[in-house]
Amino acid sequence: MFKRASFVAAAVAVAGIASGAQAATLDDVKARGILHCIVNTGLPGFSYTDANGKWAGFDADMCRSVAAAVLGDPEKVKFIPATGKTRFTLLNSKEGDVIFRNTTWTFVRDVDVKLTFIHPTYYDGQGFIIRKSKGVKSAKELDGATVCIQTGTTTELNLADYFRANKIKYTPVPIEDSSEARKNYLADRCDAYTTDASGLAATRATFEKPSDHVILPEIISKEPLGPVVRHGDNQWEDIVRWAVFALIQAEESGVTAANADEMAKTPPNPDVARLLGAEGDLGAMLGLDKAWALRAIKAHGNYGEIFESNLGTKTPIGLERGLNAQYTNGGLQYAPPFR
Amino acid sequence: MTTTVDQGSATAQGEPNVLLKLWRNKETRSVIIQIVTMALLFAFFAYIINNAVLNLQALGKTFSFDFLQEPASYDINQTLIEYTSRSTHARAMLVGILNTALVAFCGVILATVLGFVLGVIRLSNNWLASRIVYVFIEFTRNVPVLLHILLIHGIMVHFLPLPKQAISVGDALFLSNRGVYAPRPEFLDGFGFTVAAFGIAVIAAVIFRRWARKVQEETGKIYPVFLICTGVIIGLPLIVFLISGSPLVWELPKMGRFNLQGGVMMLPEFLALWLALSFYTSAFIAEIVRSGIMAINKGQWEAAGALGIRRNRVLQLVIIPQALRVIIPPLASQYLNLTKNSSLAIAIGYMDIVATIGGITLMQTGKEMETMIIVLLIYLSFSLVISAFMNWYNKRIALVER
Repeated sequence: MFKRASFVAAAVAVAGIASGAQAATLDDVKARGILHCIVNTGLPGFSYTDANGKWAGFDADMCRSVAAAVLGDPEKVKFIPATGKTRFTLLNSKEGDVIFRNTTWTFVRDVDVKLTFIHPTYYDGQGFIIRKSKGVKSAKELDGATVCIQTGTTTELNLADYFRANKIKYTPVPIEDSSEARKNYLADRCDAYTTDASGLAATRATFEKPSDHVILPEIISKEPLGPVVRHGDNQWEDIVRWAVFALIQAEESGVTAANADEMAKTPPNPDVARLLGAEGDLGAMLGLDKAWALRAIKAHGNYGEIFESNLGTKTPIGLERGLNAQYTNGGLQYAPPFR
Repeated sequence: MTTTVDQGSATAQGEPNVLLKLWRNKETRSVIIQIVTMALLFAFFAYIINNAVLNLQALGKTFSFDFLQEPASYDINQTLIEYTSRSTHARAMLVGILNTALVAFCGVILATVLGFVLGVIRLSNNWLASRIVYVFIEFTRNVPVLLHILLIHGIMVHFLPLPKQAISVGDALFLSNRGVYAPRPEFLDGFGFTVAAFGIAVIAAVIFRRWARKVQEETGKIYPVFLICTGVIIGLPLIVFLISGSPLVWELPKMGRFNLQGGVMMLPEFLALWLALSFYTSAFIAEIVRSGIMAINKGQWEAAGALGIRRNRVLQLVIIPQALRVIIPPLASQYLNLTKNSSLAIAIGYMDIVATIGGITLMQTGKEMETMIIVLLIYLSFSLVISAFMNWYNKRIALVER
């Protein structure tokens, strides 16, 4: 009897030790010397492995900029590919430090799933792609269509709401990841494929004959996409947030990858001086050094440069800046003051 | 220093003797081992549960099943009960359970039929037939079931034509890469008479069977029970159906703008999963059936033959009842495997429990713990129900010793 009681006591004691203290992510990343970034399993333009097997894209570059700010080297990144269903679990189980994976900022995810959304790096909306030969001009003509969809995403909910609101019927074909969805669409398993409009443009760019496919004009939702971190680590949240803002501010102030070093030496105005660490000590407030933002910008350029080199009109994806232009050009991208 | 050590070992000497004695006693030793095992098991569960609670607390998450009453907000492409995106998560879960049950049930039936046929052919004296089945069995059971599923799904999606060019069988059955379409029966008023006639025919058949058995026991006269029963069960409802004015119409699938509309549709995902699971499991069942029949001594055939019983009656009355005792227990575990393998539906997007409650609901609500607990419990209940049924059947056919 005594023996059993002592074992219970031991069990309770062991369980007590197990209470995991929420360690600071910055310390973890620094100790590890490498940033763990959760990215899409493969979405051209955003995050995908290029012909050399290297991760590339808008999200991948942003992630490298954060690594440059924190660790001093944009290559000190380990990319962790995740599907729509696994991404939050990977983040919460500390497999990754940050999600850079076109994740939509929603109320439930923010408040109930306990994630911290940083800032929409890409303002998007959900659309439909369909073969031109089907002769469809509007999403409202999709009554009776079969629609491929990535399961476990906000697009699934928007789709159900949109068709219900328009009183038309459809057959959903739920698919786990975007490359599978592309295959099923090309095999004509479904008439239309729906996801964020940027994703559609990116997917279409990979088709053999992109001109055979049309993106329908209806945008049926708001999809503010941006990086996500775990709830409850304010320092880490600030670092990722202000690294992203630094890239946006750099574009507004005309700081590019090419001229950043020079601007840091002879800042044209006090705003740039504070941003690049020539004046004040913003870096130390984040737990980083003075040149954190300078390194982030030098990694792949400012926000505009990252956008143009991965998604812009000169790339096969060919997206206009649209809502993602600087507020000074009629867009929504706006960094709060660096002071 | 040395003295204290000596003292320690000296005082301890008395105690180990008692413990050693207890340890050397076979009965107390087994009790001690059981207590220790129980305690370790208990400690393990206490540890993981506490760990989960603390981690949920650290993430600021609550543990509750209230989300089941919220609207699910997503659509499901195959529903056996009424469901819209406004239905609750609980309803979506039920749809998923029924979809899993459907594919498991259909799979068990087809796998059993196919497995018995293949198992018997494998034993046939026809060299070619037995070799072909042998190759099929060896190929099927040595390739992972996931590959079977992906292969069949791939063939359906890539090689079957689009709905507009669907292969039609008699303008009623249509095969396309969106699914297989069949006419849907629509019952008009008066179909109830046919249903009633069917019920009466079944009861009559049961009574006739009992009477025939009694007659056989008393006089030895054998009636063709199977033929007469089938005739009555099919014939009587048919006559009533025709007399009551054929109150049944078939709704044929028609081409809509994108897909065939109307009729009954089977999704390629369902078909792929059903066929793949059935083929895979039937290979194992064939081997089980073969071993069951081979386990029956040749003397049983000869003894029955010596009594002048015809060969197919021997199989029916002597061999199969004995073989079933060998076949049923491993067959039960194949049924369990098939049911659990149905969770591979996730690979092709068939909306079973893993896809509904364990997939979309999990994602949309962020309730990983709760939804996973539900999914685990559902699979556990499926398995318990199947093994309870198979155990009951096994007991029923077990050898009764007199």
